[in-house]
Amino acid sequence: MSLTPADLTSAVAGGIGASPQRPDGNLKVRGEFAYASDLWHEDMIWGATLRSPHPYARIVSVDLTEALKVPGVHAVLTHEDVPGQNRYGLEHRDQPVLAEDVVRYQGEPVALVGADHPETALRALKRIKVEYDVLTPVVDMETAADERPLHPAGNVVRHVPIRRGDQRAEAEVVVTGRYEVGMQDQAFLGPESGLAVPDEEGGVDLYIATQWLHVDQAQVAVALGLPLERVRLTLSGVGGAFGGREDLSMQVHACLLALRTGKPTKMVYNREESFYGHVHRHPAVLYYEHGADRTGRLVYVKARIFLDGGAYASSTSAVVANAATLGVGPYDVDNVTVDCWGVYTNNPPCGAMRGFGAVQAAFAYESQMDRLAEALGMDPVDVRIVNAMSEGSVMPTGQVVDSAAPVAQLLKLVKDKPMPPLPAAVDLRDMPGGVSNTTHGEGVVRGVGYAVGIKNICFSEGFDDYSTARVRLQVINGEPAASAHTAAAEVGQGLVTIMQQIVRTELGVERVTILPMDTGIGNGGSTSASRQTYVTGGAVRAACAAVREKLVKLAGGRAPVDLVDLLGDDVIDETVEWRHRATERIDPVTGQGNAHVQYGFAAHRAVVDVDVELGLVKVVELDCAQDVGKALNPQAVLGQIQGGSAQGLGLAVMEEIQLADGKVRNPSFTDYLIPTVLDMPPMSIDVLELADPHAPYGVRGVGEPPTISSTPAIVAAIRAATGLALTRVPVRPEHITGT
Amino acid sequence: MDFLRPDTLAEALAHKAGRPDAVPIAGGTDVMVELNFDHRRPAALLDLTRIAELRTWDEDDGAVRIGAAVPYARIIEELGGRLPGLAMASRTVGSPQIRNRGTVGGNLGAASPAGDTHPVLLAAGASVEAASTRGTRLIPATDFYLGVKRHALEPDELITAVHVPVTRAPQQFSKVGTRNAMVIAVCSFAVALHPAEHRVGAAVGSAAPTPRRASAAEEFLSAELTSTNQWESPEPLLDSVKRRFGDLVAEAASPIDDVRGSAAYRKHALSVLARRTLGWAWQDYAGKVA
Ligand SMILES: Cc1cc2nc3c(=O)[nH]c(=O)nc-3n(C[C@H](O)[C@H](O)[C@H](O)COP(=O)(O)OP(=O)(O)OC[C@H]3O[C@@H](n4cnc5c(N)ncnc54)[C@H](O)[C@@H]3O)c2cc1C
Repeated sequence: MSLTPADLTSAVAGGIGASPQRPDGNLKVRGEFAYASDLWHEDMIWGATLRSPHPYARIVSVDLTEALKVPGVHAVLTHEDVPGQNRYGLEHRDQPVLAEDVVRYQGEPVALVGADHPETALRALKRIKVEYDVLTPVVDMETAADERPLHPAGNVVRHVPIRRGDQRAEAEVVVTGRYEVGMQDQAFLGPESGLAVPDEEGGVDLYIATQWLHVDQAQVAVALGLPLERVRLTLSGVGGAFGGREDLSMQVHACLLALRTGKPTKMVYNREESFYGHVHRHPAVLYYEHGADRTGRLVYVKARIFLDGGAYASSTSAVVANAATLGVGPYDVDNVTVDCWGVYTNNPPCGAMRGFGAVQAAFAYESQMDRLAEALGMDPVDVRIVNAMSEGSVMPTGQVVDSAAPVAQLLKLVKDKPMPPLPAAVDLRDMPGGVSNTTHGEGVVRGVGYAVGIKNICFSEGFDDYSTARVRLQVINGEPAASAHTAAAEVGQGLVTIMQQIVRTELGVERVTILPMDTGIGNGGSTSASRQTYVTGGAVRAACAAVREKLVKLAGGRAPVDLVDLLGDDVIDETVEWRHRATERIDPVTGQGNAHVQYGFAAHRAVVDVDVELGLVKVVELDCAQDVGKALNPQAVLGQIQGGSAQGLGLAVMEEIQLADGKVRNPSFTDYLIPTVLDMPPMSIDVLELADPHAPYGVRGVGEPPTISSTPAIVAAIRAATGLALTRVPVRPEHITGT
Repeated sequence: MDFLRPDTLAEALAHKAGRPDAVPIAGGTDVMVELNFDHRRPAALLDLTRIAELRTWDEDDGAVRIGAAVPYARIIEELGGRLPGLAMASRTVGSPQIRNRGTVGGNLGAASPAGDTHPVLLAAGASVEAASTRGTRLIPATDFYLGVKRHALEPDELITAVHVPVTRAPQQFSKVGTRNAMVIAVCSFAVALHPAEHRVGAAVGSAAPTPRRASAAEEFLSAELTSTNQWESPEPLLDSVKRRFGDLVAEAASPIDDVRGSAAYRKHALSVLARRTLGWAWQDYAGKVA
């Protein structure tokens, strides 16, 4: 009998399928976990950023004289001090590190101060004199394409058309609608923060809360004019991300100050600055027309979608592609006409946020499905089930869905759950308005709504999406011990736990250390697109397999023996780059192509009580069914579904960055409201595990799908309670009361 | 910035007399936010948390005198029976953490039109006790609020207490926010029945530059209840009476459009709150009299 790698794994506790404790869990609960804002270095100075008060203006002059005179100030920098290219960006390098002759959004960085105390830095900022020639901002996404160009190539960042089937198809039943999605914020609790430490040779080490170390590194190096290896990044404690840390914030700024002054430089945004310091979810205007036959089967869907990218491109191109390719939802439709535009305006830049284009489209297409049900006199779940896609279905892009797509099953699961009872007695905590004591039952009407959504998992459209993992195995103190090293960012989602679980399962070793994430190893890819468990998980698993191969060699064909004996003093150390199957860019004219790696689905049923007189809403129940392929960590899966659903609830009823002429009116948690425990109900969740044969362990990305269907389900329930059309999210009390 | 830490009220008043620019700090739930956001950089902070006499309450002559630095959590726990309206308003303030630190003295000192205790203090007929080295005076709540975040204190004065009449008659407080907890009022309303005086107190918050009484609504309802002899033998209120009351409350407001809500919504919501809270208070009263 010859030894195979599989023989070398023995079951240990805390492997995949279990829900072991997070390695950082105790620290976080006790408040002892070091977040990026806790970074400290002897002799460090503090950086601060002067930002434009105007959404659009020409910079006439900048006078630093008075700022430089402030005692304790070490440096005051402008774009002239950027040694490399003063441009960065995820997809297009269109954004200046520091503004040159023009500012394109309120909050755009203009100058930097480094000082020995944060107060001193603020004082100096106030002494910088900038003269602006204020211009009229472009703020309307629907007309932006025809307005004054904000960038050389005009105001359309990307237009994605999708053309499938008969473009002239007609149908017996037609419903149309115009929908709007307000600007949502990621509202992560840990503000942007980082510490840049200059080395002796003109390079820099940056400790930073980010979602993607290597893409930061590449952009920082270009701006600093340094070779990559001179710019080293280490992940610091990240307090939430949700897409808002995919773009650079102060990364280059802190490094500029550190390199200029020769001193470690820390920067931390406060809450208000944080609202200006990161991209938001694209607001959208969506026009839809659905045609169906009398049985409810969709004949065609036509859509025109506008996404407001704000002043710089960020990830707008990819968001546009998502909204377009996923624009009809998880339904079989033979004839599709979609046009989606992402445009530049002078509104705050928008980029990645959980759900990434799919959220906006889903609010519109699910609202349309309800309209269609109403027009047909059908049950809203039935009309969805009639059209539900399944494995083997063809997307509007022509791509065949080649793993489980249990859309009908998910809908049935949420529909078949028992309904919550009406409250037996008045408990304010169960009422719309909550403890503010606005109703004891007066005006309260219950409504029920359903929605289902679709999301692409991993990076799409031909992106070389991979992760690198290094796994080491050796005997420490007479025990086998393993470590895993990647550059994949832990942002709170629990990747550190998943990696430990994978190594335990693959190597049969209980003691697994996760090394700090840094650029000392190859790219781990972004912590976004619900991809890290899939891709970095896949890389760690592959590295473990390589380690096992080495073990087999070491065993030399002998029968399985104890790992400790087998290893002796040897150290096995394997690094693997792992990529998922390739995708392709869609055709620029027809939108056809195998753009996506995998699809994820979730369905929600929302039960709401609406105080129809005051327009206040209590979400009584928000139940979810989702297919996750394989729950590597069941508790973490539930956490993602609850968190994602809560974020969708926020968009449905309260979360919006309100703008007036390009200016943010509510940059604070006083007026940018996110759900509390009295807004978010406990959830009943059904998790399906229909393995995807193409993915490691069969996993399907979990983090985003629940955010997508939660919003339209809640709005459908509010419509059911009020009889109102409600075509905009978040739904405000004024929309319900008509005042 | 100087940090003054008096141990007694006399010391505190002496500090304030010597440095009228010193900013008092009690729970700090307003002051620290302003400091953190760099909205304010006072030359001195006057810490009131060591002064024991500001952290006690007592009852005397039909009123509770609540020390300016008694936190909401204690008002809810210890005074709910005597001061139902103030306890209700206190329950709606912020989160448990904020209620553990925040105080009525601070709410008054901030004098925000959205402060939750103001409508109750107005409706209940409370007075603010202000002291300086020159002496102590009582300012009726009605005269306390002068403008947005402006109040009737002299620069050398501190709020030492608030005097709230004890009542067994029903009081209600209600506020609208776009979240079910920890939310600043879009608008708020308080009603207090004063059966002994055959009078109703009513006041609105977050719907004008200052919290203010809805005098026309008070007068209408007081007259209506008295003329129909309802204080002695209460009947279920006519819907038309509740509606008229609601309309008059809405008319008392002069709200603005802002990020929290539209002026039209605020007026509409106030009329609904007034109607509902009056209904609850009256039902409660009728139950007690019967
Ligand atoms: C997260 C959060 C939520 C909140 N939610 C609410 C809410 O729901 N409703 C609400 O009404 N408020 C709310 N607030 C505001 C605040 O908590 C209240 O206004 C509270 O009553 C302030 O009390 P304090 O003791 O903390 O005041 P401080 O911050 O200590 O002081 C507030 C002001 O009063 C002055 N002051 C304090 N004591 C005296 C005194 N004895 N004499 C003279 N001046 C004095 C101070 O100088 C300052 O100007 C919230 C605040 C936060 C941070």
